[in-house]
Amino acid sequence: MADLRNNFVGIKSPNPFWLASAPPTDKAYNVERAFKAGWGGVVWKTLGEEGPPVVNVNGPRYGAIWGADRRLLGLNNIELITDRDLYTNLREMKQVKMNWPDRALIASIMVPCEENAWKSILPLVEETGADGIELNFGCPHGMSERGMGAAVGQVPEYIEMVVRWCKQYTRMPVITKLTPNITDVRKPARAAKSGGTDAVSLINTINSITSVNLDTFSPEPSIDGKGSHGGYCGPAVKPIALNMVAEIARDPETYGLPISGIGGITTWRDAAEFLVLGAGNVQVCTAAMTYGFKIVQEMITGLSSWMDAKGHRTLDDICGRAVPNVSDWQYLNLNYVAKAHIDQDACIKCGRCHIACEDTSHQAITQFVDGKRHFEVMEDECVGCNLCVNVCPVQDCITMVGLEPGALDERTGKVVDANYANWTTHPNNPMARQAAE
Amino acid sequence: MGTTETGIVSGRLSPVEYEKNFSDLHPPLDEHEALVASDRCYFCYDAPCMTACPTSIDIPLFIRQISTGNPLGSANTIFDQNILGGMCARVCPTETLCEQACVRNDAEHRPVEIGRLQRYATDIAMRENRQFYQRAEPTGKSIAVIGAGPAGLACAHRLAVKGHDVVIYDAREKAGGLNEYGIATYKAVDDFAQAEVDYVLEIGGIEIRNRMMLGRDFSLSDMLASHDAVFLGLGLAGVNALRTEGETAEGVEDAVDFIAALRQSETKSDIPVGRRVVVLGGGMTAVDAAVQAKLLGAEEVTICYRRGKENMNASEFEQDLAAAKGVTIRHWLQPKRIIARDGKVAGIELDYTTIADGRLTTTGETGVITADHVLKAIGQTFEADGLGIIALQSGRIVVDGEGRTSLERVWAGGDCVLGGEDLTVSAVAQGRDAAESINHVLAAASQPAVAVA
Repeated sequence: MADLRNNFVGIKSPNPFWLASAPPTDKAYNVERAFKAGWGGVVWKTLGEEGPPVVNVNGPRYGAIWGADRRLLGLNNIELITDRDLYTNLREMKQVKMNWPDRALIASIMVPCEENAWKSILPLVEETGADGIELNFGCPHGMSERGMGAAVGQVPEYIEMVVRWCKQYTRMPVITKLTPNITDVRKPARAAKSGGTDAVSLINTINSITSVNLDTFSPEPSIDGKGSHGGYCGPAVKPIALNMVAEIARDPETYGLPISGIGGITTWRDAAEFLVLGAGNVQVCTAAMTYGFKIVQEMITGLSSWMDAKGHRTLDDICGRAVPNVSDWQYLNLNYVAKAHIDQDACIKCGRCHIACEDTSHQAITQFVDGKRHFEVMEDECVGCNLCVNVCPVQDCITMVGLEPGALDERTGKVVDANYANWTTHPNNPMARQAAE
Repeated sequence: MGTTETGIVSGRLSPVEYEKNFSDLHPPLDEHEALVASDRCYFCYDAPCMTACPTSIDIPLFIRQISTGNPLGSANTIFDQNILGGMCARVCPTETLCEQACVRNDAEHRPVEIGRLQRYATDIAMRENRQFYQRAEPTGKSIAVIGAGPAGLACAHRLAVKGHDVVIYDAREKAGGLNEYGIATYKAVDDFAQAEVDYVLEIGGIEIRNRMMLGRDFSLSDMLASHDAVFLGLGLAGVNALRTEGETAEGVEDAVDFIAALRQSETKSDIPVGRRVVVLGGGMTAVDAAVQAKLLGAEEVTICYRRGKENMNASEFEQDLAAAKGVTIRHWLQPKRIIARDGKVAGIELDYTTIADGRLTTTGETGVITADHVLKAIGQTFEADGLGIIALQSGRIVVDGEGRTSLERVWAGGDCVLGGEDLTVSAVAQGRDAAESINHVLAAASQPAVAVA
């Protein structure tokens, strides 16, 4: 059995699956249930300043988009940080941590961008026995209008400043949670590192309007006929999150900075992808909000089975394994040639590969052969774009097959070169020509 | 409650049992079910289901319209090709047509439920009486449609859309043809056939004259004299005779009459049925009659078919339905004689059959099945007087690809033409296409000569 024990910046948990700071971690009742279900850790719902807590809207907080069979693909929310009293939260955190000493318990914090505000809350949190803190610089809705959350995360100087305060006023590990609502995620990550953060976590939710009610012309979720952009999460955001994690993992300036990966993780496979792209552990929210806490059992067993099958013994064996393979486009091998191949036994003859290729791509898939409906790749037209693979409803029916070096590419009439060659040296590249001259 | 009395009697069941037995075979999909079912459609390109549909309904499009919450748009797509899409959704043997062609059979041996989805969309449009077509400017032309069955109705509707005036002549009390008289009750509950006739007529410009029979009340030449064109959708009025001893005994009945009587009955309790029923034949009519005999409370119902299972015209689904309702299907049995006692059916003697040298023949063995009610479903024949010199072949009207007969200004379609498939949906396609052809010819005739410069 693979060893799933996780050590993230010194914070230990029995597995790498944490619940992200969000509605599922707002109070002891939920967190206790989560730990019973097997979650390795939780990041408690974001704490705010001492005093009257924030208030939430009293109408719908969530909007969504769905796929076939109403499978939830994307969720957005306009809920703020915890609307419960600070001391109630702290008391419950302390009790839960005592009850579950082997699980990770992290406090998420969001207070105004003033040194005193951070200086005063940190000792209170430390007193609970929490294993670390996560700085919420990510929430894109509501709190950002008050100069907190994403409003901080979008200004690298503020990030560095606040992280520095936190490192100064607490001995707890500091995880800086980043917003994706920014042009280049490496900038805030570098700032957090400069401030001395122990780790970053990402992504927080993405600015979004999920839908508009076409009867009332109000964005959803609608509060008395008006809607506000919310934070988008769930399976739909995973590709965006994976890219941002990879960007930080391979940036020379932040290389080696621990990352807690977040964004649309729904299955063990999603989690494994974050881990191999450089995340030290993962945080989950929407999947739990969709299916309940039990889904962690699928994640644990799935990850474990895959690691066993592949001979990976510990998380260290897999973390970051894909990072060296993330490349700039300009370094991709232009001598690599692949062609689509349709498995005729698996083909159900829906014709979607044909029409996708015919209408929108390279006219490289037949519709009829000898008068019969038959879908086959014409290698002399196929550019290997992979669109047919992506639109085919049958898994593994269409695959991309790389041509061996020495083989003829029927489309270009050229023999496949065994040597690696990229754009930087390509004759069509004006920059390469300049260098040659 | 009820009776197991021997002989042909009505009221074998309680009113509750009748109601339950003759309720909708496939209850309609509700909105959630329709969305789940429609999500399974892959929106195939050049979709095999569409090719398999005799009326070429754009099935991927209408299903996608359901899945996006646009059932009226979906119904419009269906009616564009098949104005009787509501009935076809109920009676089409989809398992041998669109659903057999569905690519999801290859994927997981379970097709998209095309028929039920079609019913979902058309039910909504018809419930709201949403009409999608407007008549073109009046052409001043008048067409006689003879027969108010699926072919005639489809033809009349398309002609009315084109701006022509149509008079439908039908021999029976009600319009609808086989939709009204020839389909098992549980496939078209709530008087659906008449509701559909009303929906089709809503277009305007179509007059129906009932109890007007070709050859009795008028002739084809009368029609040609009073109309610009004629469409014959006569169906099959005759039935094959058994031609065996005892055929005239009390208790021997044509299955089509039995089925028609059932359809016209409100409660079904007034329809008499035997205690032991034998149905002769292997088509849809045999199954419809056998299943309904069982549902009326017959104790034993046996279908006897003279060939093997693979030769039966009744679809696999229909055969399974019969079996599920408790009907016994026996193959390789051919009626030898009806055994009568006191003028009433007491049983049937059958020859065992086999194929020898590629031909059906009897083996010499015989057997007897006790029966007090024999239903004949051994095929229908084309029968019509007053057609004049129209060309027939194999007892059916000969038509070309557009439905034109050998006589000028006369078109035909549905079961009465040669090569007909005995399917409602094929009749609709032929009626519709004949209307297009009629319209084309009439429009060409009324076009002023073009001056050549």
